[in-house]
Order: sequence, then C-alpha cells, then structure tokens
Amino acid sequence: MPKDGGIGASSKRREDVRFLTGNGNYTDDINIRGQAYVHFLRSDIAHGTLTSVDTAAAAAMPGVIQIFTGDDFAEIGGMPCGWQITDKHGAAMQEPKHPVLAHGKVRHVGEPIAAVVAETLAQARDAAEAIEVEIAELPAVVNMKDAVKEDAPKVHDDLTSNLCYDWGFVEENKAAVDEAFEKAAHVTTLELVNNRLVANPMEPRVAIGDYNRSDGEHTLYTTSQNPHVIRLLMGAFVLGIPEHKLRVVAPDVGGGFGTKIFHYQEEAFCTFAAKAINRPVKWTSTRSEAFMSDAHGRDHVTKIELALDAQNNFTALRTDTYANMGAYLSTFAPSVPTWLHGTLMAGNYKTPLIYVNVKAVFTNTVPVDAYRGAGRPEATFQLERVVDKCAHELGVDPIALRRQNFITEFPYATPVAVEYDTGDYVATMDKLEELADIAGFDARRKESEARGKLRGFGVNCYIEACGIAPSNLVGQLGARAGLYESATVRVNATGGLVVMTGSHSHGQGHETSFAQVVAEMIGIDESMVDIVHGDTSKVPMGMGTYGSRSIAVGGSAMVRATEKIIAKAKKIASHLLEASESDIELKDGAFSVAGTDKSVAWGDVTLAAYVPHNYPLDDIEPGLEETAFYDPSNFTYPSGAYACEVELDPETGVVTIERFTAADDFGNIINPMIVTGQVHGGLAQGIGQALLENCAYDEDGQLLSASYMDYAMPRASDLPMYDVDHSCQTPCTHNPLGVKGCGEAGAIGSPPAVVNAVLDAMRSGGKDVAHIDMPVSPSRVWAAMNG
Amino acid sequence: MYNFDVEKPRTVADAVQAMAREEAQLLSGGQTLIPTLKARLASPSVLVSLSGIDEMQGLSMSDDGLLCIGGGTTHATVATGAAAQYPALAHLAARIGDPAVRNRGTIGGSVANNDPSACYPAAVLGSGATIVTDKREIAADDFFLGMFETALEEGEIVTEVKFPIPSAAHYEKIIQPASRFPLVAVFVARFADGVRVAVTGASNNGVFRWKQAEEALTENFATEAVAGLQVDAAEMISDLHGSGGYRAHLVAVMTRRAVAAAG
Repeated sequence: MPKDGGIGASSKRREDVRFLTGNGNYTDDINIRGQAYVHFLRSDIAHGTLTSVDTAAAAAMPGVIQIFTGDDFAEIGGMPCGWQITDKHGAAMQEPKHPVLAHGKVRHVGEPIAAVVAETLAQARDAAEAIEVEIAELPAVVNMKDAVKEDAPKVHDDLTSNLCYDWGFVEENKAAVDEAFEKAAHVTTLELVNNRLVANPMEPRVAIGDYNRSDGEHTLYTTSQNPHVIRLLMGAFVLGIPEHKLRVVAPDVGGGFGTKIFHYQEEAFCTFAAKAINRPVKWTSTRSEAFMSDAHGRDHVTKIELALDAQNNFTALRTDTYANMGAYLSTFAPSVPTWLHGTLMAGNYKTPLIYVNVKAVFTNTVPVDAYRGAGRPEATFQLERVVDKCAHELGVDPIALRRQNFITEFPYATPVAVEYDTGDYVATMDKLEELADIAGFDARRKESEARGKLRGFGVNCYIEACGIAPSNLVGQLGARAGLYESATVRVNATGGLVVMTGSHSHGQGHETSFAQVVAEMIGIDESMVDIVHGDTSKVPMGMGTYGSRSIAVGGSAMVRATEKIIAKAKKIASHLLEASESDIELKDGAFSVAGTDKSVAWGDVTLAAYVPHNYPLDDIEPGLEETAFYDPSNFTYPSGAYACEVELDPETGVVTIERFTAADDFGNIINPMIVTGQVHGGLAQGIGQALLENCAYDEDGQLLSASYMDYAMPRASDLPMYDVDHSCQTPCTHNPLGVKGCGEAGAIGSPPAVVNAVLDAMRSGGKDVAHIDMPVSPSRVWAAMNG
Repeated sequence: MYNFDVEKPRTVADAVQAMAREEAQLLSGGQTLIPTLKARLASPSVLVSLSGIDEMQGLSMSDDGLLCIGGGTTHATVATGAAAQYPALAHLAARIGDPAVRNRGTIGGSVANNDPSACYPAAVLGSGATIVTDKREIAADDFFLGMFETALEEGEIVTEVKFPIPSAAHYEKIIQPASRFPLVAVFVARFADGVRVAVTGASNNGVFRWKQAEEALTENFATEAVAGLQVDAAEMISDLHGSGGYRAHLVAVMTRRAVAAAG
C-alpha cells in the first residue's frame, strides 16, 4: 500500500504549482529600480593577440554609461580554480591566469573582450558594435593530441606547454598492471571518444549585481547551483569583498546539470560594475552566448585495454585518456577527469589491478567542466564498451561475462582508492533481464527484419559515486573547498517548521522531498514544513547541489538538525508531562509517556518553547532552532543495469530507440515519483549524448554547433516510454537515511547501452564493427555500415 | 534586433507602395526573418507585414483545375485545406517544423526565401507549379536559382502559388537531427505528360530536379526504374550532419521510397 505522506510517498511536487502557473521567480524575473544592462563583446576568433580595443566611438553612443575592458580588471584577481591536481611526478598542475575580461590575448571564441553598460540592452548592443577591436590572429589548437606536440602553438604563453597535468592513478600500481597485461590470456583494446556536450539548461545564465552605498553591501543575484561557493570564490579570490558584505541569491533556477556550479566572469563583472557605476547591472545570456560561454562537458579521447585470464576473469585494466580543459580552467575542471573518473574505473567488477593515465590539455575552446555525471559517464562508457567488445571477441554472452566478474561481497575496496559500502549487482541485472523481456527479443528482431529493419539489444552496468566526501580526504586530493552540507531547522511557536538548507534545488524537487523527511521524523503533515534555499543571507554556509549529493549529504544534515530539535522538544515535553525524559516517545506528532495515556501535542511543546511560562528555564534555553553540518564519511555508490533496444534502418542509418529499461539501486528512496523523474531526465541526456548531441569545432577553433540549428537536443519523440525500476535497494550504510542519490545515474548509465545495441543491430545485418563514436548519427551509422 | 518600423497593409497594392521605402523588407510568417533580425544579421528600415492581406489568404480550385494557395497561407492551413485535393502537398505541409512554425510560416515566405533545406520548394518544383507575384507569373522551373536565390526582383511579392494536381505524388524526407529541416527530401509527382522529381536539402545549389530519375520514372513509374541511379556526390552538401556521399545515397533512397509510397 503506497504511503500518502512522509518518506516513501510519491508526494506531488509542491514547487510545480508556481513553476507551471508562471509564478516562479527566476533571476531574469528580478528587476531592480534603476538597473542598467550589460552586453559583452565576445571574441569571434579562437586565438589571437589583442592589439587594440578602441572604445572611444562606442562610449559616445546614446545611453552608454561605461565601457569596461581587460585593463579595468588588470589589478583584480582572475577567475579561481577550485581544485588542484598533483601530477604523476608530484608536481602541481599548470594553472593559467583567467581574466574577467580578455587581456593581452583571446583564447576561445566567446571569450568576453569588453563589457558595455548602458541604459537599455539595445543601446549596449549598438555600442558594442562600435567598439574597434584589433586581433592579430594566431594559429588555434583544437585537437588535444596536436596540442601536446612539441611545436604546438601555446594557448598560454607563460606556461611551459599546453599540458595542464599528466596524472597517473594509482601510480604505484602501474608496474603490476603492465605485468598483468604481459601475462594475460586475452587483451581487448578499444579507442574511443567521449563527445563534447553543451548542457543547455532551459534557463540561460543571468547575473544581476547590486550595490548599496549606504551600508557597503553587495548583492549578486545569479543562476547558480551553489550560492555560497560563488560568494566565497568571488568575494575572496576575485573581487576582495568580505563575505559579510556580500550576499549571493540564487532564486528559482531553471536547470543546471553542472554548468551552473561554476563561478563565471559575468557574475564577477556585474558585481564589480554595480559598485563602479553605483547602479544595479543586469546580464541575461542569449542562447547563442550560452553555447560559447557556458562550460562544456565531457570531451575525452581514450584508449582502454582490458586483460583477462584463460577463464575470462578480468585481471587488469589500463587506460590512457586525453581530457580537454578548454582555454582556461573552469572552477572544478581538473577534478572531473581525475578524482571523478579514475576512481570509478573499477565499475561493477572485481578487476584487481587498474591503472589510469589522464593528460589534461589546454585548447582554444570553451572551458570544459562537470556536466551531469562528470567523469563517471566517461568512465562507464569506456568500461562498458570494452567489456562488450571483449565479450564479442571471446564469443561469450556479454551479460554472462559481466556477471562472472561482478563484485559480490561488500564492503569492497577497489584498486582505485574507493570502498563501495553496499550494492547488489546480481539483483539489478536479474531485474533488468526480467523487465527487458530478453526472452522475447528474437521475435521482436524477426518482426523488425520483416519490415527491412535491423534490431539490436545492448546492456551495460554502471556504478556511480555521489556525495563526494569526506572533506579532509578531498582536501588531500586537491579540493580547495569542503564538501559537507548544512541545515538549520527553525520551529515556529505554532508548530510549523522552516528548514534552511545549503543544498540548492534547480528542478530536483527538494522543497517536496526534503519536507517529507522532516515531516516523517516528527510525525506531522508535510504541509507544516517549508524548505528555504538559495540565499546566503538566509541559509547557513552550504556547498550546494551537484554530484547527486543533495539527499545524501544535505538530507543528512537536515536529519541531524531535526534530531537535535526532537531531542530538545523531548526535554520540554518531559517537563510538561512531568515524566522522565527517557520515557518520552514521539509518534504521529505527539509526545507521550511510555506505558501511559499521558501525552502532549507537538504544537503545545513548540508553543512552550517560545512562550516559556511553564518551562525548564534552568536546564534549557527557550526557542527551538537547531543547525547541523554533516560531513559524510564516504561517497555513496548507486548502481544499476540498463538495457537498450534499437531499430536501425540499414538504408538510411537512422536509429530509433524502441525500448529502454533501467534497473537502479539507489538505496532507500524518499519520493519514488521524483526519483523516477530524475531517471527519466538523466536517460534523456544520456541518450541525447549517445544519439544526437555533438559540440563540434573546426580546425580554426570556430564553434560549428553554435545553435539549435546544428546542436541536436533530444526531444520527446526521440525517446521511448522508459521502463524504470528502483525496487532493488541496498541502503547506504553510512548516512542516516540510507540514501544514495539518483540525479546523474540515467546520464551515466545509458550511453554504452545505446552504442552496444546499435553495434548489435549492425552485426545482425552482417556488419561487424568494433566501435562507433557518439553521437551515433544516421550519417555515421551509414558510413560504418558501408565502410 | 535593430530598430525598425512595421507596416501592415490590407491590400497587395498597399504593400507594394509600402515597399517603396528605402531598406524596406517584406515580412511574411517571419520564421527565417525574425531569427535573422534577432541575430542582428539584417537591419531593415521598415517591415512590411503581409499577414493582414486577405487576398493572399486561403486555398481555392481554379476553373482549370489548379490548386491555388494564397502566398500568406500558413502551413497549418495547407495541411488541412489541401488534404482532399492534393494529399501529398498537405502531408508535406503537416510535417514542416513544429506546430508553432506551421501556424506562422507561410508558403509565400518559404518559396521566396528558398532555403536550400526548406520543404516547400520541393513541392513547388516537383509539381511544376506557377508562382504568382504582384507583377507576373513565374514557372517553378524558372523561379529557383540557387541557395536563397530566386527570380524575384527586389520587393516583389509572392501573392499565390498555383499547383497542377498530379495523379500520384509523395514527399519523403529524412530530417537533420538538430534543425529538423530535411537532410534530404524528395518530392515525386506523376502527371499525364511525365514524372517530376524535385530534391531539397541535398545540393549546394538548392532545390533541383533530378532529370535522370524523371526520365526513368516517366518510362516506368516503379522503384526498380530508379534502382541503379545516383546523383553526383560532389555537388551535394557536405557538413557536420552528413557527407556529400551520404546525401547522394539518401537522394536515391528517398526517391525510391517516395515512388513506392506514391503508388
């Protein structure tokens, strides 16, 4: 019987009422009296020396208030990078300066050169066209392998090369891994590309800077997934504003997918300019700007090798990856191909020896950083493709090969530094085989073939790592931030609660699912709990939402704070009930004395806390408000098995997805409907990467896919009705809710299944192709079929 | 966008007069022009909107059996209005873009713009239709001159397109995954005096008639007739979404499928 409230109930998303009725409050909905508008003049050249930026004519244009160039920021800090990687020789990564506005050189198409602040946006755009920019063009570096050659043009003249770092993991294992390959009975090798993507949240980025001269306080309204992180980075490293004089507000945010984690130049500019001109300054990205200024995702080129013994047991894994950083280091870019990627290379398998090499490379392209999954999709794609290829080389069933090598005992310490606390990969694979109706596949294939089509079936497993932690460990790994989360639970006199969480909801439904947890713990109706987030002046210092961390880390902080509330409320209740505190029980919103019919309602206790007439003032303070900071002891490890069934038109190369089945283990689940929605969204983006999305540059560094005319987003008609199951649940052992997180799983777990299915379809048509790169577009399929 | 004036004449004659202004630009459904203006790639002084001209709206049959479609008629209107008389054309109109595009975009705007990947030029050329303007009538064969180029003079208004109705016809397309314009699409129409085959999306020179296929199909209106035929890959568009060779291949596939579906 489904619950109608609390943990495990599919409560309707309360935030949707305002979103679906046009009453959301997005950053662009905010307009401040007297605000001016900024338009950024962006480079249309990928690489060049900025010889002159003449703003004289533009400055005289109607409505222009002030024009800023790189010179105005010469004395100000650049954009900081939040994660330092130590390379395989023990040296720190190369970290270039990242100016707010281009200075000396332009390094990618879209880099801001000048900012025009004017009374209206049209006036700012008009004036920007009158700025005379002279750029002496330099040869662009776009291809990563070219970029690391000796004679390659340097993106940053003051660095020794275009190599940001050469990372080996685990370096001490390298010799043993190489030795295992020499002894292997079989080795499967695969070279592949993980295609560059543009996140494309529905809401483009927006920033509004505001400055109050009377109290010296800055406010930045911004489309961010983590307002406190922006406050710290921008205040401390860019503009030198103390945090008590800087408020960052990220109100309703229309999707982030990682690309709104990072601190961007436009945020720093608007904050800076608001003080400089003493007026609020607003910037709203156009979609065209988003393509060339939002951090991109993925863009890895990898060679992966899998070694097996004569019994088909995996004995070693070795990878060699080039990871594109773009022209500058975006906030968390260095961590993505390393700690979010290398640590996942064991996947679901008990491969005893693993060595991962990653070369991070600067190119004249938009910076690349975390995008839904961030490192884990790249790891999963390589691993699940090489396992599939291996199964075909050996002539064994791909599912059987996976099952044979599954990790089955937990906790399991991988050779890549992480320890999986729980999981049951056999159970999710069993569930997948049942739901995907493998038994009926041959009949479906025959039916397709009768219509001249090919049908293919592909599976993959995935392991994900959410809620990256603990802070002291990630500090050792190079993070320049903590990775805890915070919550303040404020109980009002009449019993209602407000939870101020450091997590940030930009579509995930926190306002609903977080309220369910607190309501369940106290035994009150969800409607009595409100969730507040996204404003540094309201919520305690929090780290925000990314990496599927909100329920596992933010939810745990909220649980800890609520436990403190309950503990104090029990003290008050014991006083009111004249009973021992240890005999007080909280159930269904009432405190009772065990074994008696004496009880006092939640509302009577909360009222007593604020009207403490009959109250143990000698023992406890009045009031009922508690804060907790939760720092997890480990990551969480959701896992699952996915299956894709495609139909392929051999004449045109068009691939359609006929079925997609996802069997996930997310541990305990707060709101099944929201979890299903998260999986649906993740699958759409994973299938989008596999079939459609491709961010392409030409050799001069011009962005070819710079609009929706050329960048293919998945649409409802591209996707099947999914079969999603999360009934396999092995609760996380180290957080109070036993939850693991579900936000990225769909995007991590789906691309290999799609590609495996397409190759299976091609094989059934007599074409045995070792690999096909994503996106598996009709033209690529046709070329592969006819190659 | 840059600043511009907007005029909304009620008659073709008033529209012609409004176009006398310097840097005047006709606005029909705006499906190409408005994004162009938003990107600041055009700066007209005045937009002369054709959407208020009643005489350019709707569909009718002429006495000599031609389907006459006003230049300002939307794709959505053609999709329903031509279904009985010319189902292949209605079917084409019903699959242009998405509902928002179909309820704004017009046949006159589409043929005047002559986007190399637009759907309508294939139907107009494939049907041997006649383009009627405020000045003259132009045969489709003389109208489409290459990518975004037509026989229209500056400011000339497409007031109507007149379609002869074939005994059998079909439009077959494969879409470019991002824009959902045709990657390659073929309109095949069978008339008493021969078969016409028009190809859009594929060529560097815009919509074109595939004469070789026309001759073969006029001889024998069956898929076997075009089985071995191939257009020249070197003349096909080669881009992010497909090579010239792929497009050339698709021209043959789409033609075969169009013939099979036309029956």
